[in-house]
Amino acid sequence: MLIYLPIAEVAVNALLLLGLGGVVGVLSGLFGVGGGFLITPLLFFIGIPPGVAVATGSNQVVASSVSGVLAHLKRKAVDIPMGLVLLVGGVAGAGAGIFAFNYLQALGQIDLVVQLSYVLFLGLIGLLMAQEGVRAWRRTRRPGGPRAKRHQHHWVHNLPLKMKFRASGLYISVIPPVAVGFIVGVLAAIMGVGGGFIMVPAMIYILGMPTKVVIGTSLFQVIFVSAFTTMAHALTNQSVDVVLALLLIVGGVVGAQIGTRLSGRLKAEQLRILLAALVLAVAAKLALDLLLTPAELYSLHATVLR
Amino acid sequence: MIRALALFLLLAALPARAETVVAGLSLDEIGITARFDGSEVLIYGAVRRDAPEPDGPPLQVIVTLEGPAGAVTIRKKSREAGIWINTEQVGVAATPSYYAVASTGPLADILDPAEDVRQRISVPLAVRAFSGPLEVADARPFTEALLRIREAEGLYSLSEGSVVLVEGTLFRADFRLPANLVEGDYKTRIFLLRGGIVIDAHRAALPVHKVGIERTIFMLSRQNPLVYGLLSLFIAVVAGWAASAAFRFLRS
Repeated sequence: MLIYLPIAEVAVNALLLLGLGGVVGVLSGLFGVGGGFLITPLLFFIGIPPGVAVATGSNQVVASSVSGVLAHLKRKAVDIPMGLVLLVGGVAGAGAGIFAFNYLQALGQIDLVVQLSYVLFLGLIGLLMAQEGVRAWRRTRRPGGPRAKRHQHHWVHNLPLKMKFRASGLYISVIPPVAVGFIVGVLAAIMGVGGGFIMVPAMIYILGMPTKVVIGTSLFQVIFVSAFTTMAHALTNQSVDVVLALLLIVGGVVGAQIGTRLSGRLKAEQLRILLAALVLAVAAKLALDLLLTPAELYSLHATVLR
Repeated sequence: MIRALALFLLLAALPARAETVVAGLSLDEIGITARFDGSEVLIYGAVRRDAPEPDGPPLQVIVTLEGPAGAVTIRKKSREAGIWINTEQVGVAATPSYYAVASTGPLADILDPAEDVRQRISVPLAVRAFSGPLEVADARPFTEALLRIREAEGLYSLSEGSVVLVEGTLFRADFRLPANLVEGDYKTRIFLLRGGIVIDAHRAALPVHKVGIERTIFMLSRQNPLVYGLLSLFIAVVAGWAASAAFRFLRS
C-alpha cells in the first residue's frame, strides 16, 4: 500500500513504515534507547531524504519514549531530579548540535561527520557493553567468582555542587550529569537520534546509577531533548514529515509496549549482549560504507526552490 | 499608410507554413494525493495541412516534457586517509527536476545537431541550458554525473521511437511520471521536423501540485512552522500515552 509523504515528497509502502516503527519500538522498550540510531539510517535506506529522516526520526522518538516512560513511571523506575539535571545539559547540547549540523550541512560534510560519529560511538559502546555483558554472564555461570564493587569512589565524587538523587541512591555533584547531558545532546542533534544508546552506558559507567532506574530516566530526558530537536527542525528547515512520523509512531508505540513487557522477563546480561551485538552490527555496516569504494563517486544535493 | 499596406501585401505573399501541429494533453493537471504513486500522461495531436503532404524526407515528431527547475550541488568523493569523503563540489544554479524526450525515431537521424542546439531538445543540451557558469574549471565529469544519476532515477529519459505517428497525421506520446515529482508547472513541447529541421512547434503547460490533506499539511509546515511543530509533538505525545493506556487496559 503506497502512501505519498507530503514533506518528504516520496511515495513509500505504509506497511513497511509501520513494521519499521514496530521493530524499533520493541528495541526502544527493551533497551531504553529511543531507537533513533536505527530508524534514521533505515529511513535513509528506504529513500527518505536525509534531512527529513533526521527531523522525523526525532519526532518518532518522542512518542516511543513517552510510551516507554509511562510504563517505567508506574514501576517507580524513573529518577526525575536526575532526569531534569541531565535535561539542562541536554537542551543546551542539542541547541549547539543543531547549530553545528547546519554549519556542516553548508560545508557538504554532514554525511561524513554523521557516519564517523556513528562508527566511533557505536563501536566503542558496543565493545564496552559486549565486554561487560560477557563478564557478567560468566559470573552467573561460575558463582563465587570475584564481584565488582558496587560503589566506586573516583574523581566524579569529588566535585562541588553536590545534590541528592534519592531514586538512584546517589549523592554526587550536578556537574557530571550536566556534562553528560550536554555531550549527548550535541551528538543527538548531529546524529539525528535521541541519544539513549550513549546516555544509558554513560549513566551506568560514569555516573554510577543503578541499572533499574537508568532506562526510565534516560527515556524521561530523551522525550524532552527529542521534542526540542523536533521543534528546532520544524522551525529552521521545515523537514518534519507528520504523515511519516504518524506511521512510525503507530508501529513504534505498540512495539515499545511489547518491548517494555519483554524487558521484565529477560535477564539483564542477555539484554546487554543482545544490544551490544546490534550496536556493533550498525557500526560495522557504516564503517564498511566509509572504507569501501562507492559505486557512484558523485552525489546530488537538490536545493528545493519554491 | 501605403507603407503598411505594402508590408501587409508582402507578408501575405509569403508561403504560409505548410504543416502545423494541433495538440492536447490527457490531463489538465496532476494532483498529488496520499495514494499518489506516479502518473501517466498522454500527449496527443494531429498535423494540420493546408496543402497535400510534400515530398522529400518523412515527417518526424519529438515531444519533450520538462519539470520545474531547481538548484543542485554535485559533490564528488575521493579517498582521504583511507575513507571516502566529499572533496569537490560544483553548484548548478538551475536544472530541470524532470526531463523526458520521446521521438518517432533516433534523434541522431531525425534531428539536425545545429537545430538541437537552437531548440535545446536532447537531454544533455536541455539540462546544460540552465547550468550557466560553473565553479570548477573542468566541470564536465560533474555534469555527466548529474545526467547519469538522474537517468538512473528515471528523472531524465530519452525514448527514441516511442512516439507513434499514424498516417503521417496523428501522433501520441506516453510519459510515465515518477512518484517523487517536484511540484510546479511542467512544460511540454511538441516539434514537427522534416529533414532534421523544425517546421513547427507547440507548447503547453501541465500544472502538478499537491491536493487535499497533503496540501494542507505541506502549507501548514511552511506558513506556520510553530503550530506545525507543536502539532507533531502533540500527536507524538498522545499516541505514546494512548498506547500505554491501551496496553494497561488490555492487561487488567
